[in-house]
Amino acid sequence: MTTIVTPPRAPAPESAGAPGPHAKRSLRHRIFGRQPLGLLFSSPYLVFVLAVFAFPIVYSVWISFHDFFFAAPGANPERPFVGLDNYIYAFSNPAVIRSFGNVGIFLLINVPLTVVLSLLLASALNKVVHFRTFLRVSFYVPYVTASVAVVAVWLFLFNGNGLVNSLLGPFAPDPSWLINENLAMPVIAIYVTWKQLGFYILLYLAALQNVPKELYESASTDGAGAVRKFFSVTVPGVRPATLLVLLVSTVTGANLFTEPYLLTGGGGPNGASASPVLLMYQLGIQQGQPDVASAIGVVLVIGVLIIAFVQNRFVGERDS
Amino acid sequence: MQKTSVTRKKRVMAVAVAAIAGLSLAACSGGGGGSSSSDLTATGPITVWYSNNATELEWGKQMVEAWNAENPDQKVTGQEIPAGKSSEEVIGAAITAGNAPCLVLNTAPSAVGQFEKQGGLVNLSDFDDGASYIEERSGDIAAQYQNADGDYFQFPWKANPVVIFYNKDLFAQAGLDPENPKLSTYDDFIATSKTLVDSGVAPFAIQPAPTSEFFQMQFDFMPLYAAATGGKQIVEDGKATFADDAGYEVAQFWRDLYDQKLAGQEQYQGDAFADGQAAMAIVGPWAISVYDGVNFGSVPVPTPEATDPADIWTFSDAKNIGLFSACENKGTAWNVLKFATSEDQDGKFLETTGQMPLRQDLPTVYADYFAANPAYVPFGDLASRTTEVPSGPNTVQIMQTFRDAWGKSVIFGEGDVETSLDDAAATIDDLATQP
Repeated sequence: MTTIVTPPRAPAPESAGAPGPHAKRSLRHRIFGRQPLGLLFSSPYLVFVLAVFAFPIVYSVWISFHDFFFAAPGANPERPFVGLDNYIYAFSNPAVIRSFGNVGIFLLINVPLTVVLSLLLASALNKVVHFRTFLRVSFYVPYVTASVAVVAVWLFLFNGNGLVNSLLGPFAPDPSWLINENLAMPVIAIYVTWKQLGFYILLYLAALQNVPKELYESASTDGAGAVRKFFSVTVPGVRPATLLVLLVSTVTGANLFTEPYLLTGGGGPNGASASPVLLMYQLGIQQGQPDVASAIGVVLVIGVLIIAFVQNRFVGERDS
Repeated sequence: MQKTSVTRKKRVMAVAVAAIAGLSLAACSGGGGGSSSSDLTATGPITVWYSNNATELEWGKQMVEAWNAENPDQKVTGQEIPAGKSSEEVIGAAITAGNAPCLVLNTAPSAVGQFEKQGGLVNLSDFDDGASYIEERSGDIAAQYQNADGDYFQFPWKANPVVIFYNKDLFAQAGLDPENPKLSTYDDFIATSKTLVDSGVAPFAIQPAPTSEFFQMQFDFMPLYAAATGGKQIVEDGKATFADDAGYEVAQFWRDLYDQKLAGQEQYQGDAFADGQAAMAIVGPWAISVYDGVNFGSVPVPTPEATDPADIWTFSDAKNIGLFSACENKGTAWNVLKFATSEDQDGKFLETTGQMPLRQDLPTVYADYFAANPAYVPFGDLASRTTEVPSGPNTVQIMQTFRDAWGKSVIFGEGDVETSLDDAAATIDDLATQP
């Protein structure tokens, strides 16, 4: 049996009874850590997170349990505690329930499509020798282009007299894509997938650089073909990136707003493409019911967290 | 090492949780700050916001210059309403932040109830000459701009009475008489629409926005309901009125247009009338200058039976003036408001923008203008026969409820229109009485 002696990182207290200078240092370490300067450097972001994210979350949860509306300074209206009234009011509205169903459909199409397409395209791009920069930029351009501008192109493609219907001729759907209750949300999901793909491809490209080439060589030696190498080396090798893509695409997808607002004229037809965030905007900003909008927001956050937990459980946990 | 990794992951997850929640909820927080004076006589410099519409901007700038020339000690600073999804959202945010200007010369009546509930507006009736000045200028029509207590939290400023514009060239191409189009009754309108579409001169006869925004009901249902009922509001005494025979007929009229593909169910990107995609449009006089390149005529909106145009009502599409509680110098603000709506400035507004000041006897007060601009005569006459959106804090909710029902049953033809209007009316009855 071998005993390994390593120098202690922090000396033990000299006596258990009276706290000496080492005990003080230990307490300081416990509060500020071994590098107190690090706290100073990270404090701006900490303040940012607290002010921009944490405070609104807490405030919004508070709003959702009160009869609340935005008021001018000095108006000081009564804001009584109403328990779950806002939640009951919100979820008694069929439009709200439907919006959650709509975003569920959106996520079911958008998230898997995003993961599969971005991984496949990133793997392909990683092997491309010629025009590599051109192709990477081409995939990235839709992501950095303003939604308002890109939506106009999709309207040109998918409206009743658009290019897609012209190509389809008699096979064009009736009602057309964006006013068809069954097709409006899938079109939005495909649009968002296409628009965001460049970002996720970049994530995967970065992850692919960290997959050891020796693994591919070993797999080749063992007789693995391209498909086998993809599933046995590439996919496990980029699992952390896959978890990130899953989480980010789920979070951004659950916050869907711009596309139904612009592409389907405010969640049409008949609310078939309305998202919870679009309804939050209508209720909270247009209709002066931020309390009800907050209730929807809180439920949405909880829903997203549950999905994120499940994704983390099934895709990410194997790392730890 | 594993523990460190897990701890780091927890921290990352905690930040992610914050980010997720923040993204969803950040828009729902409120703010505060600032103060205001309750003194209605205080004078001094003020700020006013006006529309960014080119002609209104031109008028607004000259109005501010004229005031400043006469009142150097009470300087007015004019600026366009800051950009946002809508003027109402920008104004609502400014009220909450306590930095609203003294006057907004583009306040939508549909938003006034909410602004009042927020404590953002000054009750104009509290000025000694507040109610009397409004009623002397606007006459009986001013009453529809009062709140439930009979107070004025908005100044009735200008209207764009909604009528039907038609493209004379397309009518002629379709073999229709462009000088006497048959558009006065629902049956005539549909027959004319069918002729237009069947002849292939335009894909659609008319193309009001089929989208689900609450305010779109102002440009399909409300003008025709006002015309069919001789000026009945859609909510009166806290009860929805539109679920009646006149309302059913209006809804069925529009549904027939959509069912027969005479009106488009899909939002047109651009202006369908200007682009020749629709032979008719349902708009107000603001559009006269916009449709400069189109050879068009205008007629009142159709009614179930032929009606004398002099008896036809329509929707106002009004924009009013709000005096905001954050204003320090309310005395100056009230005087600027009266200056901006004086007979002289109303005349300049009419000449510059072609929009109708909500002033009684408009055709006689500005007889010279209407003689020189005959295209505007029908609008001058109609300005005194316009209806408004319901008042109260839940106006937008009421209108959204109606629009959702309308979209489903009228535009997309699901279920029958009567049940749809009945259901919407039942919901709106509740909303109209809620504080």
